[in-house]
Parts: sequence; C-alpha cells; structure tokens
Amino acid sequence: MMIKAVNAQKLGFAALFACIIIALLVLGSLIYFIFSNGISSFSWTFFTDIPRKSMTAGGVGPAIIGTIYLVLGSIIVSVPLGVITAIYLCEYSPKNVIVNIIRLSVNNLAGVPSVVFGLFGLAVFVKLFNFHVSILSGSLTLGILILPGIISASYEAIIAVPQSLREASYALGATQIQTIGRIVLPSALPGILTGIILGVGRAAGETAPILFTAATFYARSYPSSIMSDTMALPYHIYVLMTEGTKPEIQKMIAYGCALILLILVLAVSAIAIYLRQRQRRTYG
Amino acid sequence: MKISEKIYKNVFMVVAFSSLIFLTGIVLVLFIEGLPAFSVTGILSFIFGKSWYPTSTPPEFGIMPLISASFVVSVGAMLFAIPVGIGSALYIHEIAGEKQKMFLKPIIELLGAIPSIIFGFFGMVIVAPLVQKVFNLSTGQCAFTGALILGVMAIPVVCSIAEDALSVVPKSFREASFALGANRWQTLLKVIIPAAGSGISTAIVLGISRVMGETMTVLLVTGGAAQIPNSIFSPVRPMTSTIAAEMGEAAVGGVHFHALFAIGLVLFMITLVLNMIAEYIGRKYRVKLGLDV
Repeated sequence: MMIKAVNAQKLGFAALFACIIIALLVLGSLIYFIFSNGISSFSWTFFTDIPRKSMTAGGVGPAIIGTIYLVLGSIIVSVPLGVITAIYLCEYSPKNVIVNIIRLSVNNLAGVPSVVFGLFGLAVFVKLFNFHVSILSGSLTLGILILPGIISASYEAIIAVPQSLREASYALGATQIQTIGRIVLPSALPGILTGIILGVGRAAGETAPILFTAATFYARSYPSSIMSDTMALPYHIYVLMTEGTKPEIQKMIAYGCALILLILVLAVSAIAIYLRQRQRRTYG
Repeated sequence: MKISEKIYKNVFMVVAFSSLIFLTGIVLVLFIEGLPAFSVTGILSFIFGKSWYPTSTPPEFGIMPLISASFVVSVGAMLFAIPVGIGSALYIHEIAGEKQKMFLKPIIELLGAIPSIIFGFFGMVIVAPLVQKVFNLSTGQCAFTGALILGVMAIPVVCSIAEDALSVVPKSFREASFALGANRWQTLLKVIIPAAGSGISTAIVLGISRVMGETMTVLLVTGGAAQIPNSIFSPVRPMTSTIAAEMGEAAVGGVHFHALFAIGLVLFMITLVLNMIAEYIGRKYRVKLGLDV
C-alpha cells in the first residue's frame, strides 16, 4: 500500500520529533538526578572545608581549588599556542603542503583519546622532565588536550572574517600585524572565546589525563605550589565511588561534587553562548 | 615588509608547528614505552592473545578481551546514538523554527559539554541498578550499561556534526526540489540527506572514535572483567579503562607498565584510522558540494 506523501511527511516529522525528545529527556533526567541528589550536600563547609574522616565528612574545598588551578594552567598553556597557530594558518601561511600537515595533525590530535594524553603526560612531564605528579604536569597535559579545540574554533572564527575588512584596513595604510590585532581578532573574538570557554569546560571535567599526572585522592590541605599534587573534582568523584569503606555516605558526597562540576561546566558554556550571541549582534 | 612584521611571521610559524610536535611526541612516546612489551610477548600474541593476567605468575599479556570489549561497547553505543543523534539533527535543521533552533542548538552544545565522569557516575548509581533489576542480572555493571551510557554521551557529538553537515547543503538544492513539486519530507529524504550523506557519515565515524576513547564512563559502568564478552550483559573491560585502572599499580619500567603503553598504542592507532577516514570522507563531501576544502 502506498502511503500518501502528506502522511509520510507527518510520520517522518513525528519520528524526528521523537528523536529530539528522547535526546533531551535522557540528558535532562541526568541533570535532574544530579541536581536533586546533590543539592542536599551543599553547605558552606562543603565548599571550603578539607575532607575529613577518610572522605566521609568535611568538605571538598581542595578538590574545587585544584580543579580551578588545573583549568587556569591548561588555559595559560593552550590559548597562546592555539590562537597563534590559527592566526598563522589563516593570515600568513602559503596554502601549501606544510599547512595541510599542520591541519591534519590538529584534526588527529583532537581525536586522540584522553587517556592517551594521560600516558603522554606521564612519560614526558612526570618522568622525563621530572615535574612529578603535580599541578604543572596536569596543566600541561590538559593544555595539550584542549589545544586542538582552541585551534579549530579560532581558525573557523578567523577564516570567517570577511576579506573586505582586511582590504579596507590595508587601504588605510595599516600593516598586517595591525590589521590582525585591530580588525581580524576583534571580529573573530566571539568564535575564539567560544572555543576557549568550551576548553575550560573540557579541562574542568577531564579525569583520565590527570589520573597519572596531577591527581591525588586524598589531601588534608590545599595545594601549596604548582609542583604539588592536587585533588580535583572529577577525580574525587571517581575515588569516592571506587575507594573507601562507606559507599552510601561517599555516594552523597560524590553527588555533591558532580553537582558542583555540572554547574561549573554548564555555567561557563552558557556564558560562551551568551557572549557569542552578543558579539554576533555587534558584528552582524 | 618591516622587520617587526617579519619577526611576527616567523614566531607565529614556529608556534603553529606545536600541534604537530605534540602529535609526533605522543606517537614517539607510545612507541618508545610500548614496544618493549612486544619484545617480551611478541606482537601477535599481544594483540590476539586471549588472556590478560598482568599480575599472575607468569603474567599473560593478551589484549583480545580488551579490544573486543571496546568494540562491543562502542558498536552498542552507536546503535543508540546514530538514530537519535541524526534524527535530532534533522529535526533541528528541518522542522524547528528559528526560535526553537536558537534554543535547541545551544542546549545540545551544553549537553555535549557535560564531563564523562558525570555520565559514568550517573550510569553507576542510577542506570546500572535499573539495568540489573529490569534484566534480572547479578550485576548491572556490564557491556550493555556501558553501551547505553556511551550512546547517550555520543548523541550531542553526532547531532552537532550532522547538523553542521546539513547546514552547508546549498539552499538551491532545496529550492530546486520544491520547484519540482516535492514536499518537505521528500526533499529531506531524497535531496538533503543524500547531499549531506558523507558529512553525516563523518559524524558517525567521529562518534565511534570518541566513544572508543572514553575512559571514565566505562571504568565506572562496565564492570571490569578482562574476558572476551559472551553476551551483551557480561561485565567487560575495554582498553581505556584497563590503562586507567592498572597504571597506578604497575611498576614503572616493568613489563606491565610497557604493556599498558602498548594498549595505548593500539587504541591510538584505531582512533587514528577512524579519524583519517572521517577526514577523507569530509574532504570529499566538501569537494562534492563545491565548497572550499
């Protein structure tokens, strides 16, 4: 029996609608469960205190601070490298084999599993450079992990700046570096910022790369320098779920950590999206 | 050109090679630290060996159980993520109005940013007990739960990339189809999807690659038995979680240590091939649509 074209369309659209509903429902329920269970752990001491009684009491302050250090460190590593790479690829490089090699390596670096970055960090930063298990090793590892994302986002943003803007700038006598600094980068900023902020979210949540390079599962104090190992929120969740002797109490603390991490990641990503939309209005 | 301009250009060029240096560095490290494992076990018995007992005496280093676990979990995940992810992309692209799009695209993007440890945690405390009850299993931490959670994680990835592929199909394709009397569904099925087909397959390949490299989720939800899975409800131990779980207890420089790097090498090679395929398909796709490569 032939289905009428109109009915086929109704059926098809309904199926697609079902897909988006499933996607939103499943992911929404994840957020709901984390929120509803995690919120009861929240208190002032939860954010500021150190863990006590083998992780069954006290707070997760050192893990929060550790995550912030790791994120800042990875951004300091990756943003200059990433943005400059993108500028070179878009504005300077002749379109030749070398550029293709760089772009190919960026794409492939982006696809390397995060645990492999952890192995790299372990072999190079922890062992070879002798930085030990530290915030420094972890930041470098995470920085390399988010580098491809920042390069791609910056590249897309810079390449999208209309050629006419550059030509107008040159016509007014600006040099190439002036044009890049005052015309191209400001126009490309929303895209670059989005890339950076998504990188922040990624670095905050990644666990596998810091397993062997930065993380310690139980610290009674805050990290004192970039050479000290550190607790981190995502790793602390893992530890709470796999170590220790009181799984039920630890589960509730893990819910609290997951909620902090979720709020952190969703908030920075929302900021990225807001900034991008505002910039879009400015630059059309 | 002024001297300062030249300096900028050369400094920028040097920095631009950083990603190449890191990629080469990763390959080098994996080979240097991984190859000693092959000299002990032999490369074939390493990859095709059926038992992984790194700590027994004598230890056995065969990673077939780990490779098969990775494949079972990844394929299972994609069975879920491909229809839902691509269906969502088609909905966003084709049916959603401007207002809905403004809302849905950022939401999907936000959901893609949720860290894998949170999915793993959610899988462990909520989904695994549910799976255990529904299917009456001895443990809910098994390949099926892993596949389910990874599938959910892959939805935003597949959806975003597929949506990008759809959005570069030229408007003229659609207009030509409408002009010939096709309705929106026919246009979608016979014009837009075929035109975006290779772009959509890029989304699928990258989704598989991403899922195969996920570590924390599988570490928390697939159980951890290093055996070749005999059903989708077997506890399994994929390559990624083996590395993460055992690196802490492996003596630096020992055979076990090198074997874990060798697993990293195998994992890297698999994802590299997948990414190359995606890159190749994507490139051909852009050529086909007459876009800038």
